[in-house]
Amino acid sequence: MSARRMTPKRKRLWLLVGSLAVLGVAATLVLTALNDNIVFFYSPTQVAEKKITPDRRFRLGGLVEAGSVQKNGQETRFVVTDTQKTVAVTYRGILPDLFREGQGVVAEGSLGPDGVFVAREVLAKHDENYMPPEVAKAIKDAGQWKDKK
Amino acid sequence: MIPELGHFALVLALVVALLQGTLPLVGAQRGDRRLMAFGDVAALTQALLVASAFAALTQAFVTSDFSVANVVANSHSAKPLLYKISGVWGNHEGSMLLWALILALFGAAVALFGANLPESLRARVIAVQALIGVGFLAFLLLTSNPFERLAPAPPDGNGLNPLLQDPGLAFHPPLLYLGYVGFSVTYAFAIAALLEGRVDPAWARWVRPWALAAWCFLTLGIALGSWWAYYILGWGGFWFWDPVENASLMPWLAGTALLHSAIVVEKRDSLKSWTVLLAILAFSLSLLGTFLVRSGVLTSVHAFAQDPARGLYILGFLLAVTGGGLALYAWRAPSLAPGGLFQPISREGALILNNLLLCTLAATVLLGTLYPLFLDLLTGNKVSVGPPFFNATFVPLCAPLFAALCVGPYLGWKRAELGPALRQLRLAFAVSVIAAIVAGVAIDSRSTLAAIAFGFGVWLIVGSLAEFAGRIRLGRGPVGDSLRRLRGLPRATIGMTVSHAALGVVVLGAVATAAWHLEAMQTLKPGEAMRIGAYEATLSGVENVQGPNYLAERATLVVTRDGQPFTVLHPERRLFTVQRRQIAETAIQTNLLRDLYATLGEGDRAAGWVVRLYLNPLAPWIWLGAALCALGGFISLSDRRLRVGAPTRKRTLQAAE
Repeated sequence: MSARRMTPKRKRLWLLVGSLAVLGVAATLVLTALNDNIVFFYSPTQVAEKKITPDRRFRLGGLVEAGSVQKNGQETRFVVTDTQKTVAVTYRGILPDLFREGQGVVAEGSLGPDGVFVAREVLAKHDENYMPPEVAKAIKDAGQWKDKK
Repeated sequence: MIPELGHFALVLALVVALLQGTLPLVGAQRGDRRLMAFGDVAALTQALLVASAFAALTQAFVTSDFSVANVVANSHSAKPLLYKISGVWGNHEGSMLLWALILALFGAAVALFGANLPESLRARVIAVQALIGVGFLAFLLLTSNPFERLAPAPPDGNGLNPLLQDPGLAFHPPLLYLGYVGFSVTYAFAIAALLEGRVDPAWARWVRPWALAAWCFLTLGIALGSWWAYYILGWGGFWFWDPVENASLMPWLAGTALLHSAIVVEKRDSLKSWTVLLAILAFSLSLLGTFLVRSGVLTSVHAFAQDPARGLYILGFLLAVTGGGLALYAWRAPSLAPGGLFQPISREGALILNNLLLCTLAATVLLGTLYPLFLDLLTGNKVSVGPPFFNATFVPLCAPLFAALCVGPYLGWKRAELGPALRQLRLAFAVSVIAAIVAGVAIDSRSTLAAIAFGFGVWLIVGSLAEFAGRIRLGRGPVGDSLRRLRGLPRATIGMTVSHAALGVVVLGAVATAAWHLEAMQTLKPGEAMRIGAYEATLSGVENVQGPNYLAERATLVVTRDGQPFTVLHPERRLFTVQRRQIAETAIQTNLLRDLYATLGEGDRAAGWVVRLYLNPLAPWIWLGAALCALGGFISLSDRRLRVGAPTRKRTLQAAE
């Protein structure tokens, strides 16, 4: 069939259809995945304001309240504060090397039925002077930010 | 005195770069040979000046000159020499100086090895390279002077971030930068070609070695970073879909697409404007990566303390490079002559599919990485997009790419039949299906998806090797005949097979580690034991040891396998005395088929120590595969046809007609 020879126009059409198909699949995947898999960041104040259902995964950020860390074998309990409200957290595992009382922390997990945040991951950072921007903002919003720099 | 000389050299380099970025352009426009030739001299001078500045900073670090603020902030006299040197680029100012150095070296390399380039093209490439250099040198001098003095000089420095005091990370930034910055050359080639208004197979032949070299280094840099994260962060994982990792993955994907589309330009004089666009995008994505790392706009495990003014500068520079490049592209690309025709089922068609999928993958990563920024700007909601998003998007999009990867090399240029290609792959397909079934049934029945992904890994290896065996007619004639064919094969073909099969090795390692690893955690007092798989680890004791600049708790874990003595592991917790920071040092025993991985948590004699063990099957294959992948690139690079400076001018000109 000689008509099968690709004219530039047909070639472009074919390319266009192919690209649209790939992009369509990709867009569908991306949108579904974004719907299901984005993790919101909340400060303790926001946790108190919003009714967050248990099992809803989110990131909790703030400062580790001084004197709140209790270790019991592999389990660590501590309190995250944004200086206004607090949330109790429990975590099973080895804490990152930079975890300290009074320092910023970001934990990912969900609320248990008793209102205690069960962290599945506590994020590590490279630099102890580094404050996650979300934490800085949460503390700023709570009106207690002092610029240390 | 030496730091001032270094600073002065940087200022001179900026002046030279300004001249180098303008005069050759004017020369190329007017056909003035003296102005064009000035580019070569300037490129070498600039490289020499930036290298002297870099040497001056290195000298300050090695001799612990604490009158330099940067040395005080990032070094300490008690630090081992290796980390004094790597401390040069283990901080913002120094790493930007390294960027500028590599940029200038690449410019000089074009001047040195580009003898076979047409005069005007070479002049333009060198000029564009210098203009990028101007951006970075001005950035250094205006916002991040590495030579700033501190008076009075403190007696000792603050030391380097302990996480960075590691051999893996000492070489990670230079390799990564060789990759990032290598794409500046392909960018410069693209801009020069747009200015010339001409893209032909000869152009592609000149661009490909640079793209290939950049790609190899980027591959190695990413692999080294991932390996470092694997053994230092102590989570047993190798890829976290962290924004900074994504930042290096995006230019890698675009660069991989560029490597493949440049082949089409070279062989078939087609896909020209697309290739030029990819070259612009690959470097833009490299810059975006730098911006994301340096500005701290995204929360990342890699984030360092930041200065917003610097982020703003890089953002402006990124917009200028990308926007300028794209504007020039929009203006000039329509004037590029359209190339040869081909059928959808052909080598060209397969390479287009490869490009389409790779670019979609890059776009997906870009979207996932920047989505939190957009949402924050639009709604003020803080979100993070983590591994589940990428697992749900990136991984399925890899499937068609991997499936097509083995078929493509069988297809001929212009028009081909799918049937014969698929028939030749029947055996490879059968082997892969069997491997997937075995993995799903015998190894682990928890995850069907992992079994399928494992099958894909086997498919990549067996399919690539089968194509190679077919090429040298292995088993279909005397062995001597095959050997003769093997010797006659272009290096580029061997490189392709090595890289494609190596990708399969990476896939197998990644799938096995992610899906089939075992994990155990327990609090152990001396004398107590814990089990993982067939292994039993007994904590025989924890002792204090003294390192060069740290104190460590060093555990001794005696491991037995099925009751027989197997190995002894020594995970540590190091307390870096200068920074008062604790870092866990993992202990890994590998037999190349699986890693036994141990980390030590906090604890004491009374309560015991938290010990975490992982059994990661095929984990070493991830990095071995990545290294092989880069090796394939280097084999390709050694192809006579691509050898930089090889006397191929005449032939290429004929091919261009």
